[in-house]
Amino acid sequence: MANAVAENYLQQSTNKYSGIKSWLLTTDHKKIGLMYLIAILFFFLVGVIIGLLMRLELIAPGKTIMDPQTYNSLFTLHGVIMIFLFIVPGLPAIFGNFFLPIQIGAKDVAFPRLNLLSWYVYMIGAILALVSLFLPGGPIDTGWTFYIPYSVRTSTNVSLAIFAAFVLGFSSILTGINFVTTVHRLRAPGMNFFKMPLFVWATYATAWIQIIATPVVGITILLVIIERAFGVGIFDPALGGDPVLYQHMFWIYSHPAVYIMILPAMGVVSEIIPTFSRRTIFGYNAIAMSSLAIAFIGYLVWAHHMFTSGMSDTARWVFSLLTFIVALPSGVKVFNWVATMYKGSIDPQPPFLWVMSFIFLFSIGGLTGLVLGSLATDIHVHDTYFVVAHFHYVMFGGTGTIFFAGLHYWFPKMFGKMYNLKLSKIAVALFFIGFNLLYFPKFILGYMGMPRRYYDYLPQFESLQKISTFGSWILGGTIFFIVGYLIHALIKGKKATSNPWGGVTLEWHIASPPIQENFEVIPTITHKPYDFSQLKEMKNE
Amino acid sequence: MEHSKKHPGYNTYILVWLALLMFTSITVTIAGIDLGKYTLLIAMFIAAIKSALVINIFMHIKFEEKIFKVFLLLSGMTLLIIFVLTFSDFLFR
Repeated sequence: MANAVAENYLQQSTNKYSGIKSWLLTTDHKKIGLMYLIAILFFFLVGVIIGLLMRLELIAPGKTIMDPQTYNSLFTLHGVIMIFLFIVPGLPAIFGNFFLPIQIGAKDVAFPRLNLLSWYVYMIGAILALVSLFLPGGPIDTGWTFYIPYSVRTSTNVSLAIFAAFVLGFSSILTGINFVTTVHRLRAPGMNFFKMPLFVWATYATAWIQIIATPVVGITILLVIIERAFGVGIFDPALGGDPVLYQHMFWIYSHPAVYIMILPAMGVVSEIIPTFSRRTIFGYNAIAMSSLAIAFIGYLVWAHHMFTSGMSDTARWVFSLLTFIVALPSGVKVFNWVATMYKGSIDPQPPFLWVMSFIFLFSIGGLTGLVLGSLATDIHVHDTYFVVAHFHYVMFGGTGTIFFAGLHYWFPKMFGKMYNLKLSKIAVALFFIGFNLLYFPKFILGYMGMPRRYYDYLPQFESLQKISTFGSWILGGTIFFIVGYLIHALIKGKKATSNPWGGVTLEWHIASPPIQENFEVIPTITHKPYDFSQLKEMKNE
Repeated sequence: MEHSKKHPGYNTYILVWLALLMFTSITVTIAGIDLGKYTLLIAMFIAAIKSALVINIFMHIKFEEKIFKVFLLLSGMTLLIIFVLTFSDFLFR
């Protein structure tokens, strides 16, 4: 280490305050990333607990621990929390904030104050969502998609809850604007677009979707609030409105939002695989361009959520065809990741094991997506547990798994502490087993005809429902186990070296934890991002 | 500000305003006539002219740097694609 005395960002303050105020008023992208981490992890755990309660209710037919109305509210809350508070902001706001500037050799993001504002906007949105639970009227019970006409008719607090989603959208847009500008303006000398790490590419593509798609859901939400308040008849069929128009407008945002969720995760995978294979990424340009292709085609497929909602036949086959095209760039990524490992010198450390389970789970999720994208088969399994299983494999098995992969990969860099490697390897295995026990039976249940969002079920579904609930205990327990050993590492963990995994992207060239403005001297980039010949030079530094 | 080199005078603004008023009255008049499936097409066409006037003159895009025009074009194209795909449902129901 060149300068062992230099203080790291956790000890320094960007303002005149110390203690909690130095955090709440900070403009340091790393501290803001950590503030997002704490908030998002908290809401994630709340979502997990709600999920566990729902599974417990379904352990036996009939009433077990709650009444039907509570169940309706819980599945809505589980969806709203997991989508709007965890998975959409998750990877960009935590790891994007922390590592995007470092990976392009910048001191901070382009608009540090806007960055802090986005955290406050996020917190205001989250608080509004929580407040809506306790006001008279009761928690929202529409499902996270807020479909009309029910969302106009129900007496629960729909307006406030969806207004919370509206506010959260602004946080997302601010983050997007910040990242696009940062990538365009603040790259270090020599860092051209094709020397950027692939996580930066993925976050950059995501930022564009955040900017262009999020306003659509903002408009849609405002229209629903106006419809509820004044009954103008835009969507409500009783007043001459068009409920299918609502579904179009909702999914025009919410399908691209699926790519807001998964693209940064794909970026993290493209970081971890080369590091633990000691081999440059196979098909760098193809992976970078496939991120942009996914971002673009992701706009054109939204109505595949609406095959049974009474759309025209023309629209159905158009959207079904377009949906199949998205599989191409996704396939490009998976094949390139696997090709990177070929003849690599693989070091199966925890982050790599998380990525391996990602590839397995995400592939199941992706391939079952084709069953849903085909018109004929979708009619059979639409709105059944099959859909629930599919999107949990893609979202939780995909982005959720990579949230843990990224956390395990960058934890030593973020905090300068190392966690227990043996425990974390056990955690991956338990996670994988629990995950499949919880969600795989849902594919079978859905195929057998079990509809989603139902409070009760027929006796023939009981054994699979029980297996699923049993899986939820393993999975839920593992998640709390992971949080536990990471917090333990934070307090009592061994000091981490600056490059524990042998990575070569810029974050591994600097101290763990990094200093306030990341670099003592802004680096000049001469290497490709995954050129492992640098490792020898780095050891001599 | 250096970019404010060729801003139009008040005369232009008033002319554009009058043009916008004229287009609005045309829209209202046409809404009363039953043109069948062309109603929407004509309404969208007039709206497009009006927004072009507002964006170019009132919002100064005509006098701005190229990058603003590129970004505007990008969002305009996205909107167009969204419209076309939504109408693949609406027109064929």
